[in-house]
Amino acid sequence: MTHAATEALAPPARWWRTRTMRRFRRNRLAMLGVVLIVALTLACFSGPYFLPFDELYIDLRARFAPPMTGAHVFGTDPLGRDIAARLFQAGQISLLVGFSAMLMSTVLGTVIGVVAGYSGGRIGAALMRVVDAFLSFPSIFLLLALAAFVSPSPLMITVIIAVTSWMEVARIVEAEVRSLRDRDFVMAARMLGLSSVRIMFRELLPNVIGVIIVAATLTVARAILLEAYISFLGYGIQPPLPSWGNMLNGAQQYLDKAPWLAIVPGVAITLAVAGFNFIGDGLRDALDARSDLR
Amino acid sequence: MTDPVLSVRGLTVTLPREMDRRHAAENVSFDLQRGEILCIIGESGSGKSVTASAVMGLLPAVMKVAGGQVLYAGRDLLAMPEAARRALRGRSLSMIFQDPLSALNPLMTVGAQIDEVLAAHGWRDREKRTAKVLDLLTEIGLPDPPLLRHQYPFRLSGGQRQRVMIAIALALDPDVLIADEPTTALDVTTQAQILELIRTIQRRKGMSVMFITHDFGVVADIADRVIVMEKGLLVEQGAAAQVLTAPEHPYTRRLIAAVPRLRETDRVAELEAPVILRVEALHKTYRSRSGFLGHTRVVPAVRDVGFELRRGRTLGVVGESGSGKSSMGKVLMKLTDADGGRILLDGRDILPLTEAEFRPLRPRIQMVFQDPYASLNPRQTVGASLTVGPVAQGMVRSEARARAAAILAQVGLDPSAYDRFPHEFSGGQRQRVGIARALMFDPEVLIADEAVSALDVSIQAQILELLAQVQAVRHLAMIFITHDLRVASQICDEVLVMHKGRVVESGTPARIFRAPEQDYTRRLVAAIPGSRWDSAA
Repeated sequence: MTHAATEALAPPARWWRTRTMRRFRRNRLAMLGVVLIVALTLACFSGPYFLPFDELYIDLRARFAPPMTGAHVFGTDPLGRDIAARLFQAGQISLLVGFSAMLMSTVLGTVIGVVAGYSGGRIGAALMRVVDAFLSFPSIFLLLALAAFVSPSPLMITVIIAVTSWMEVARIVEAEVRSLRDRDFVMAARMLGLSSVRIMFRELLPNVIGVIIVAATLTVARAILLEAYISFLGYGIQPPLPSWGNMLNGAQQYLDKAPWLAIVPGVAITLAVAGFNFIGDGLRDALDARSDLR
Repeated sequence: MTDPVLSVRGLTVTLPREMDRRHAAENVSFDLQRGEILCIIGESGSGKSVTASAVMGLLPAVMKVAGGQVLYAGRDLLAMPEAARRALRGRSLSMIFQDPLSALNPLMTVGAQIDEVLAAHGWRDREKRTAKVLDLLTEIGLPDPPLLRHQYPFRLSGGQRQRVMIAIALALDPDVLIADEPTTALDVTTQAQILELIRTIQRRKGMSVMFITHDFGVVADIADRVIVMEKGLLVEQGAAAQVLTAPEHPYTRRLIAAVPRLRETDRVAELEAPVILRVEALHKTYRSRSGFLGHTRVVPAVRDVGFELRRGRTLGVVGESGSGKSSMGKVLMKLTDADGGRILLDGRDILPLTEAEFRPLRPRIQMVFQDPYASLNPRQTVGASLTVGPVAQGMVRSEARARAAAILAQVGLDPSAYDRFPHEFSGGQRQRVGIARALMFDPEVLIADEAVSALDVSIQAQILELLAQVQAVRHLAMIFITHDLRVASQICDEVLVMHKGRVVESGTPARIFRAPEQDYTRRLVAAIPGSRWDSAA
């Protein structure tokens, strides 16, 4: 009568045929998110090969060309550079920064969360107070302060973003692990004489992977937004290297004359962030077995 | 015979297509007479709960009623619009569930939850409602109703919560009460009290009760008539006395044979076997601090417990929930710390050892857990669960694999089980995996903590047989923790009765259960379901 009973008869499950994935595929918004992200990624990484212009090629005769002027699909910027070429190049950097920042913060947050959740007691409390300390800092402020001290290369920006966004993952994982810690299967693992490290990362981690994936997806969206934010304020990725954020920065003084300068990267950021958020929400619902009953 | 209150005619409920059979219940017909208790009995998956849910109109969305009628007061409930059924639910037909904790709203006080039912069915007058709430709480025998109605469910014990569920179900004086395994999650003495309560209220109000259970002992205590269900089909029905003493269908006979009974004689065992585990003056106290600076609450769980366990023998530990028996099991396994005493495993005190020092000794003392659903890692194949321990202790992977295959065969599982996940198995099969895991090390002591309590009676019998057989082959010593005295008498050589952390009585099962010395033990024995029927059968 339960899920277990129905699943008992399913053939050995491949991950894309599991109930979770079936639920995910039924979620239209989540699938839209997947399409958006795949399309954006493909465009950013293969687009430059199909465009006649280089992102640094300056054509002063074609300054402020509005979209659809000749071969300039998205128009040109104040120096006559092709916006499409710059957008894709910037997208590579923004997506890479977002994705790597997510990887770093997820790994850091997961390790701290699992250790704090499983150890509990003083170690757990101490680790979680560190998390609280980081959380109680306004992260944008911290980000800008750090960015002012280090040379803002893409790698440094990634690290800075990761350092300010691992806490959420840590909290979620800690809560989840703490609820699993006293389950019988963990007791059984101790009974078998497994070491704590083994129990944490071989027995418990696979059971919290669902919430980690959800948190990770939402972190990518946040990281992309943060990168855009600090680049927009001029502390992030430095021109001439384009990023979606510094493209916006360059656009603000021409908002009345050439609004497409802001609109094009703005839309890209919106699509990327919305896409990742849709995927994250979809995964969250899909991983919740109860959503079947609604 | 008068007209039945409720009449089920040819009820058929279909299952989703991917299930192993098409119908959860097929062509089920029976009558519920006025003022009788009708028991529906069967194993898990026999369709007994589905039948009850269909009558209430509370079927899960994946199941559909394919045919039949449920006649109440001359009207077919199944043909009624949902709004009309809702009005009947609670007022005329009402239900109590197996797990009273998940069926009560944790954020509402007990009184408010009863009040809500009254308000929902049109009781406008607040004072009348409050008076009724107090009446109900008094009726179900809860202490101090004026105080208790302001309590939240988590403050109450399992038995008290079930009483509150009954109060909610009775709030509007229904004609029919459907009870879906209401005592399965409770221990023996609480079960006896709840059964008594249902019986008393049913008589006083002349209600009809449909009582669903898998335990023929419960049937013997409470039923006027019995319906036996197997795989969605109704296989036998009749008066309780007749079905219990002269069952006709082979399935009914099998279910009755599976009910554990108190044994008259003790198992014969050699007395000269060497002592493997010796426990002296064991103490364990739980301390929980409420809040940051709150004062510490001290709950003594195990107080001054001592015993001796010889190779090849089984020691039963019985008591109500909260008697400290499970805490003692965890302390013996060193899964929680003790506060004092000695645990001598083969002459060596293991209590002062650190986790790292004790780890090499762990293979010698293993445990089978209560809940076969919670004790296996859902993300690991059975094979991984079995081999992870031995491999961590230094066994070569291929050797561990071969051993796992041999042990799976020994506990009666197919070799293909090795690569499958726990959710692909039934409860009984999972418990076999749990036993297999404990046997991977060839332990000298096996602790079984309520190892059969979560299982159907018929599966229980199979697992008990398996444990006895394993013990005979391997000559291991076993500590069997249970709240079910019938089970303890089946398998144990000696029994400890625990109450509030202390051992109040110990001896051979025949002596303890036939001639108990302590009041507490006498209460436990009296609470055994079906004890009156026991001697007749």
